[in-house]
This record gives sequence, C-alpha cells and structure tokens, in this order.
Amino acid sequence: MIKRALLMATAMSTAGLMGANAAQAEDLTLCWAAWDPANALVELSKEFEAESGHTMNFEFVPWPNFADRMLNELNSGGKLCDLLIGDSQWIGGGAENGHYVKLNDFFEAEGISMDDFAPATVYAYSTWPKGTPNYYALPAMGDANGWFYRKDWFENEEIRAAYMEETGQELREPETQMELMQIAKFFQEREIDGQTRYGVSIFTERGSEGITMGATGALYAWGFKYENEPGSYDMEGAVNSPEAVEALEFYKELYQCCTPPGYTDAYMEQSLDAFKSGQVAMAMNWFAFFPGLYADPNTGGDTIDFFVNPPQNVAASTLGGQGISVVAYSDKQDAALEYIKWFAQPDVQAKWWELGGYSAHNSVLQGDGFEESAPFAGDFLVAMDGVQDFWQEPAYAELLLAMQKRLHDYIVADQGTAQEALDKLIEDWTEVFEDEGKL
Amino acid sequence: MTDTAIDKIAQRTPTRVARKVRGLSDRAIAWLFVGPTIFLLLAINIFPLIWTVYLSFTNFRANRPNREVEWVGLRNYERILTDSDIWLNMQATAHFLFWTIVFQVLIGFALAYLINKKFRGNDLWTTIIVLPMMLSPAVVGNFWTFLYQPQIGLFNYIIAFFIGADPSSFEMIGSVTLAPWSIVIVDTWMWTPFVMLICLAGLRSIPDYIYEAAEIDRASKWRQFWTITVPMVLPFLMLAVLFRGIENFKMFDLVVQLTGGGPGSITELASINLKREAFEKWRTGYSSAYAIILFVTVFGLASIYVKALNKVKER
Repeated sequence: MIKRALLMATAMSTAGLMGANAAQAEDLTLCWAAWDPANALVELSKEFEAESGHTMNFEFVPWPNFADRMLNELNSGGKLCDLLIGDSQWIGGGAENGHYVKLNDFFEAEGISMDDFAPATVYAYSTWPKGTPNYYALPAMGDANGWFYRKDWFENEEIRAAYMEETGQELREPETQMELMQIAKFFQEREIDGQTRYGVSIFTERGSEGITMGATGALYAWGFKYENEPGSYDMEGAVNSPEAVEALEFYKELYQCCTPPGYTDAYMEQSLDAFKSGQVAMAMNWFAFFPGLYADPNTGGDTIDFFVNPPQNVAASTLGGQGISVVAYSDKQDAALEYIKWFAQPDVQAKWWELGGYSAHNSVLQGDGFEESAPFAGDFLVAMDGVQDFWQEPAYAELLLAMQKRLHDYIVADQGTAQEALDKLIEDWTEVFEDEGKL
Repeated sequence: MTDTAIDKIAQRTPTRVARKVRGLSDRAIAWLFVGPTIFLLLAINIFPLIWTVYLSFTNFRANRPNREVEWVGLRNYERILTDSDIWLNMQATAHFLFWTIVFQVLIGFALAYLINKKFRGNDLWTTIIVLPMMLSPAVVGNFWTFLYQPQIGLFNYIIAFFIGADPSSFEMIGSVTLAPWSIVIVDTWMWTPFVMLICLAGLRSIPDYIYEAAEIDRASKWRQFWTITVPMVLPFLMLAVLFRGIENFKMFDLVVQLTGGGPGSITELASINLKREAFEKWRTGYSSAYAIILFVTVFGLASIYVKALNKVKER
C-alpha cells in the first residue's frame, strides 16, 4: 500500500514537473560568431535542452560580419537573440545603452560567484565600469591571441643546421618578438619539400578588427598603454610612446619581410588557410582555433606546436574571448537566465573544455592535469595571465575603426611613419572622447 | 438600349456617395488619384531628405537613442570639409569616376561600332559581351579577388606572361599604386557593355540615307565618322556618361568586395567611408552632413551636365 502511494506520488510529482516544464518551455536563441567553439556549444547545449525542456536555437554569424550584425541588432532593440556571447569590447556599450541585463541580483540569488572564474576574464568580459563589481555577462569563452608553428620543420635536422649556420642560434620556439622575426626571415621563400614556404601569417585585415588585434600583439609586448593613468583618457606619451613606435615599426617589418604574397587583408580564416596549406612556418591566431588545428589530419598532431605571444619588453597577449549576456529586449529572460545558471556549473564547464570550448572557470583551469590535457593548455594559462584588451568604451566601434585605419594606412599601405600613425590615432581618439563628453 | 457594366455599377452606387462624387470637380478627382502617390513620395523620399538635413546639424547617434540630441550648427559640415582624410576619399572617388568613364566610353563606343557592322555571329558576340553586366557586383568582386590573387590568380599569370615577370612579384589589390587601377579595370570590365548598348542604340538610330548622301558627296569614311556618326551618337554617349557617372559616384558593393577600401584607405571611395561613418561608427549627425554634401555635389554636377546634354540634343 505504502509502495503504491509512493509510486503514485512520484508519478504525480514527475507529471507536475513535466507539466511545469512544458508550460514554461521556451524557444531560446543564442547568438554568437560562427567558428569552431560555436559547434562545441551546440553539442554542449543539448544537455541543457534535455534538463530544462527549453529548445535552443543558434544564430551564428561569420566573424567579419559579427560585430556589424549583432550591434545593429542590439541598437535596434531586436528580439532575435535571447542570449548573446558578445565580444569583450561591447560590454561598455551593452551596459550603458541598456542592451544587456545586469546580472548582480541573479548571481547573488543563484549563488554564482565571480570569484570562481579567472580574474582576467571577469574583468574583461563581465564588468562595467571596468573592474567594478557590476556584472553584465558571465565569462563564457576565455581566449587570447597565440602562435602555432610547424614542429616538423623546426625539428628537421637539415633545417636546423641551416638555421644554425645562418644565425648562429638553435632553431626553437621564439622567446622574443625579435627572435620571432629572425625565424620568420629564415623561412621566408625557403624551399622545403620542393615548395616555396613563407615566414608567418599575421593579421592584416582592414574591415573589422584584424590588423588591430594583430598589431596590438606587438604593441603590448613592447609595453603599450592606452592611457598614462587608467580612466584619465590622457593618451599623449602613452599611445605614441617610443616603445609603441618601435613595436609598430616591428609589425610593419614583419608584414613586409615575412608574409606570403598578397597577404594584405588577412584575418583568422586566411591565417588558418596559410598554415593548413603549408605556406607558412608560423602563424598567429586565437587559442579558440587550437583544438581544431591540433586535430587537423594534415598539419595537426605531431606536425604542430603552440607558443604564447613572445614578450619583448613585457609578457603580454591580446585578449580575445567573450562573456555570455542576457539581452534586455528578450521576452524570455527567465529561460535565458536559466541557461546561464546551468552554464556556470563546474561540471558543465569541465565538459565545455572537453568539447573544445575555453572555460574560464577556476575549477577547470586550476584542476589537476589541466596543463597536460592539451598541448596548448599550458600556453593558454600563461597567455591569460598577461592579457590586455582594447578600449571597452561605449564608443568602442569608433575607436576601433580609427585604429584600423591608422594601422592599415601605415603597415599595409606604407603611408607615413609609425610616429605619425600613432599621433593621428591620438587625434582621432581625442575627438571621439570629446564627443562622448569624457574629455 | 441595354445597360453597360458601368451603368450597372453606377446604379448600385448609394445615392449619398454618388451625390458626393458628382459634386467633385475634375481637379479634386485628379488629386484623389494622385494623392496616394504624392503621399508615398513625401513619406519615403522627401521626409527622409528633410530629416537628414535636420540631423546633419545635430550630434545624433542612432545607436544611442536615449542620449540628448544637441544642435551643433555647422560643426559637422566644417569637420567634413576640413578633414584631409575625407578629401583623400574624394580624390579616390574622382580617380575612379574619371578613369572608369574614359575607358568605358572609349571601349564601349569602339565595341558598339564593331558590333554595328554586320558580320557572322554578330548576335552571339553581342550576348557574350553583355554578360558581365548581368552578374551581381558581389559575385564579380569576389571572383576578381581570385583572379588578382598573386600566387594563383589568372590575371597575374596573363600579365606576367606578357611582361616576363614572376606572377607573384606584383599585387593588384594589395599595392598602393595598382589597387586604384584594379577597381577601375573591374568596373570597366563589368559596365562597358552597358555603354556599348547605349552607343549601339545611337548608331542604329542614324538613318542610312545620311551615309548614302555623304557617299554621293564623296565624303571619306573618316569624314563620315567625325561629321555624321560622332555628332549623332553624342547625345546617347552623354546619356551613358551621366548614368555611369551617377552610378560610380555612389559605387560601393563592387569595391567593398574587391579591396574593402584598402590597402589602407587608398580605394576607400566616399560612399564606403560614408557607410563606415553612418553604420559602423554610428555618427548619424555627422554622416547626414556627409550625405548632404555628396548629394549636393552629385545633384549639382548632374544638373549642369543635363543642361549641356539638352544643348547637344537641340543642335
């Protein structure tokens, strides 16, 4: 009798739960860029669908159009996305323009602590104003700009001997930016296996953010700062410091000396293509692509290895990655918050890393054996320790486009000097901040 | 006498309505018909224009609807007209406009002249020549980027074959000196057939008896060309120049696909820069002023040109 009553009670409560789920089941749309980690997220989200009863839809936009498409969506108050994994630089605009839901109360109510996530990612992906405990996103995808190279060529005795003869040094993973250029020069137009190879593929793209993300890798390594004092918008002497000028000259020389022909407008995809087609010895790209690169049957596995952006004056890498936010215009905010709650769980974060996403959760990053879990995992940790990001101001798009123009004019179009490019950049940025009422 | 359909409808019309319609003057009925069209025109053409003029005097940003909009007077216009980068964009636009028109007129007229001669396969050649203008500019831009690719591009191989250089020794869309010409070449390839078709219409409109009279007067072919063909085709040619001029002044899609305005800002035409200001930087007030300046420029030039065209027609 008791058994029967228990069974009935269980059945009723299950039916009740299912009914409740069915009543609240929502069709959620998550927007992100179209790239490898997005596919991993689709796989991961199947568990959420099974647990919650909600259906997940995805809107993935190719990187070159991602910012345009999504910022237009936000600016027009569109309801396409319930959840958005937006670029770190959008956080200022997302918060100040009311596009993102502030998550503090939700985090508190659900016991989600930002202390559980890597500090650099919380600072970059979640907070606005920067560094304050006002959260508009949960760190979703840690990322930084790193490097990979043809390990098989670096280990080839003939090539090593030729390098030794030419430079008097061992061929190894570069430990400084200047050493990187030296290696790139060595490989430039070198015949290997009957084909002409080139030194490096770097970012030179003009339209979205490419050349800025590439060149800042050098600028940060030379010690580049956006302001003399954080929050002062005082840029004279920081943005155009002698170190910054030197770094920019370095990046231009690297572009001129060591990239494949016609490499004037290259970003992530072109960098991957150049490496996978065996054109270049070294390439820069986001860590997000590294699992896919390692798994590549032709140029992955034993033929590839990875290294952190080499320091010059300081150790620093360009920050990538994104946080996940709830869009303020969504009618399904409760369900969207449910997704974030689910995503923040340590076991989900562990699976996220397993599938190819870069978790920013401390339980994953500080877990036993993380560094050995992938050939690039240790480099990722090192990189995330020294990441620097572009302006995250609401006027970020203007600031970015100005830098894109000045850098491309100088590096690719060979117009003016590095000093002039950076001086003009300060003028552009000053105008933007004046319009913003910050200067 | 049987009632017509109109009579039947008239009989079914309620007396009150019929009385009202009967009371309308011809002028009122005309307005009744034209009114909706005028309303639509005002709504989708005139109002946005007036609104743009208003915005051009403000600091409005479409991505910050909640920000206070300030009246900034002529500041946006002053900034644009004193910005050396914008003048470089204007120079790039002028270079593109001038050379595309020169090449398209010369080649288009030459092709039309040849096609106008009756020969075997005439129709087939006309169809083949016209094909490029039927393609989408985005497609054309994309496949020309492949043709221009220094390592695998056919264009580089062909040029290298003739000049005896290494195909990867020069870059059409990556070079500061060659990039402006690379967009001129593609636009000329795509739109010369359009000019050719207009010229062909002009050539075919010349009556044969004029040439016959010239033959009787023993005028040479050269003289016939300069005194009959050119003057009679000129209005058509000028019309083609007007169409291509206006189109290329606002050229966007083809060049964005080809060079994205690069390298640097070498091929950043005014329309590309305007799009960046309006929809990437979201400086709506500033870009409205920019659009007004471009509009006045093209409207002014086109008006002068149309007057000249009318004079040529009257001759």
